Amino acid sequence: MRPKLNLLSSELVQQIIGEGFALLMNPGIQVHNDEALSLLADAGAEVDKENKIAKIPEKIARQALDTRPSEFYLYDLDGNQAVHYGGDSLQFTPGSGGITILDSETQKQRQALTEDYTKFIKLVEMLPQIDAQSTAFITSDVPEGIGDLYRLYLALNFMRKPIITGAFEKETWWTMKDMLVAVVGSEKELAEKPIAVFDVCPSPPLKWSDITCQNLIDCAKYNIPAQLISMPMTGANSPVTLAGAVVQHTAESLSGVTINQLVNPGSPIVWGGSPATFDMRKGTTPMGAIGTWMMNCAYVQVGKELGMPTHSYLGMSDAKIVDAQCGLESSSAFFAALAGANMVSGSGMMDYESCLSYEKIVIDAETLGMAKRLVAGIDGRQTPIALNIIQELGHNGSYLGHPHTKKWFREELYFPSDVIDRDTLETWEKKGSKSTWDRAQDRMKELLTKYQPSPISDEVKKELRDITTKAANKVGMEKLPDLSFD
Amino acid sequence: MSQEMFDKLAEAVIEGETNDAESLAKEALKKGLDPLLCITEGLTKGIQEVGELFALGEYFLPELISGANAMKTAIDIFEPALLVGGQVREVAGTIVIGTVKGDLHEIGKTLVGTMLTANGFKVVDIGANKSASEFIDAIKDSGADIVGASALLTTTMLQQKKLIEALVEAGLRDKVKVMVGGAPVTESFCKEIGADGYAENATSAIDLAFRLVDVPVKQTTS
Repeated sequence: MRPKLNLLSSELVQQIIGEGFALLMNPGIQVHNDEALSLLADAGAEVDKENKIAKIPEKIARQALDTRPSEFYLYDLDGNQAVHYGGDSLQFTPGSGGITILDSETQKQRQALTEDYTKFIKLVEMLPQIDAQSTAFITSDVPEGIGDLYRLYLALNFMRKPIITGAFEKETWWTMKDMLVAVVGSEKELAEKPIAVFDVCPSPPLKWSDITCQNLIDCAKYNIPAQLISMPMTGANSPVTLAGAVVQHTAESLSGVTINQLVNPGSPIVWGGSPATFDMRKGTTPMGAIGTWMMNCAYVQVGKELGMPTHSYLGMSDAKIVDAQCGLESSSAFFAALAGANMVSGSGMMDYESCLSYEKIVIDAETLGMAKRLVAGIDGRQTPIALNIIQELGHNGSYLGHPHTKKWFREELYFPSDVIDRDTLETWEKKGSKSTWDRAQDRMKELLTKYQPSPISDEVKKELRDITTKAANKVGMEKLPDLSFD
Repeated sequence: MSQEMFDKLAEAVIEGETNDAESLAKEALKKGLDPLLCITEGLTKGIQEVGELFALGEYFLPELISGANAMKTAIDIFEPALLVGGQVREVAGTIVIGTVKGDLHEIGKTLVGTMLTANGFKVVDIGANKSASEFIDAIKDSGADIVGASALLTTTMLQQKKLIEALVEAGLRDKVKVMVGGAPVTESFCKEIGADGYAENATSAIDLAFRLVDVPVKQTTS
């Protein structure tokens, strides 16, 4: 039995869904994108062009829920199925959209450079508990105008795992699509075996900006998976009650599914999000707050009720250094796992959603490994479970050498890396009395030495460089930073 | 009798009761009380108390915002009367505030606007998704000392740069100070695009605004 955390009663789920549908009609969704408004109008929504408001009848949204796939796969660069969106499959990816890196020497945040980013990609590649890459943070050595696509360019040069990404502009999405096509060979191949998901964020409350809505539409046109990231903040841009915020999340997500499916019925789309409680003293949006975790679980439950593949944003911390707060808050990944989210973004991320840390992601990976073990649940394994073995060994038995132990221990136990200290005091002292931070650095260095280069050919690398250089030229950058430092 | 009314106005602000503030302001004018004194001895005292309670951790943001809203409602009623009487309410400065084009996030900007109002600034909040030319129109109309541009997305923070370029083009850059804010915005980005100041939250935005208008910082809410 897979352990499951359902925070909402089935009546409350239905009530939330009902109110979500009702919001689509009144007050409707404000969509700052003409293509989406036309699509909605053609489908029978009542569109106020001047105020850009679409009143979407439940029937149209229900149709979209009928055509969206309930599951799909992401592929790695070797062409293998690597991530399953659907059912209760559980996968992890680093937080994305960060703006700084935590410097390993100074333990302070700073702007990231190309070499930080490639190091991060390599590290994620080598962490077995992490299933997908993400365009985790921007680098400061290229102009902001290509910040989004440059991340993808770098990642594609060094990754094998599929990637969660996102575009900052309408135009850059197209460049990023071209990069993905260059790597897999053709648009058809990309549609059939996607290697990337684009995050698309509605703007709370109940709005779509022109850019993100266009990204949502363009993903559907090419059958590229889109991941909806609705972000209610309790009592700030959404109702203060956790259930009320989830109602808003439901309406925003339903509108996203609807627009996406009107473009291309059957296009893969994910019920994701990043809600947060709003700190009523500091005006911040704590990712480590228990309310944030609870809302994540609740909207995943709603998404599952609607048969959607799901995503959740947990495992981050609001701490500024990798300390005890950082560790305890990042354990929220357990909640996402228990809620049954298919993809969980957030590992490696701290200071809300702004900073990534090499050391943190190495530590977080242990939590993710434990979470995967947790959801595998407890199985009796055999019948009788243990009666015969305990009777056999009696009161003075040693289990270490018994075949039953040998048969099951690898499946039953989770084996952490050396990041988790399980030495005796004496041994720990002999090894230098190292802190979690120190041990994470040791593991990071070890993993990076084992990194194997990406499978893509030199021709593809050149094509990627050409595509990216062209985009860089447009924003006034003549030559891309050198990648030969590796 | 006037003191009683001032106290009631202060109380309405402390309790964040916008309806009470409105009816009390109307009542005060009907009774012929000095509108300027109603503001300085009533509303301002109230918002100072709110600020202290907030600083003590007894009040939270919803109470702070309700208090500022109650104050603003009453000021809107007193202001026309001030004009009639030829009185001038001393403001720390006038600021146009908005969220940049392509960005629909309002909350941070609204919070900053509210806190500035509570601290004696005249705030012209133009809303979200506003183009550089909409900012410029509002600056011209209000004769603003400061313009505050908010961007919550890495995608839209470039619009803050575009706003500054547009201000230069419109010949307004040396007449108005530019402050920028929003989750992805940093001090170095602020310098890079040539803004006058960056504030990472509403409290530091108030310090910054006072600094930009050369008024010694004297926050009522910090």
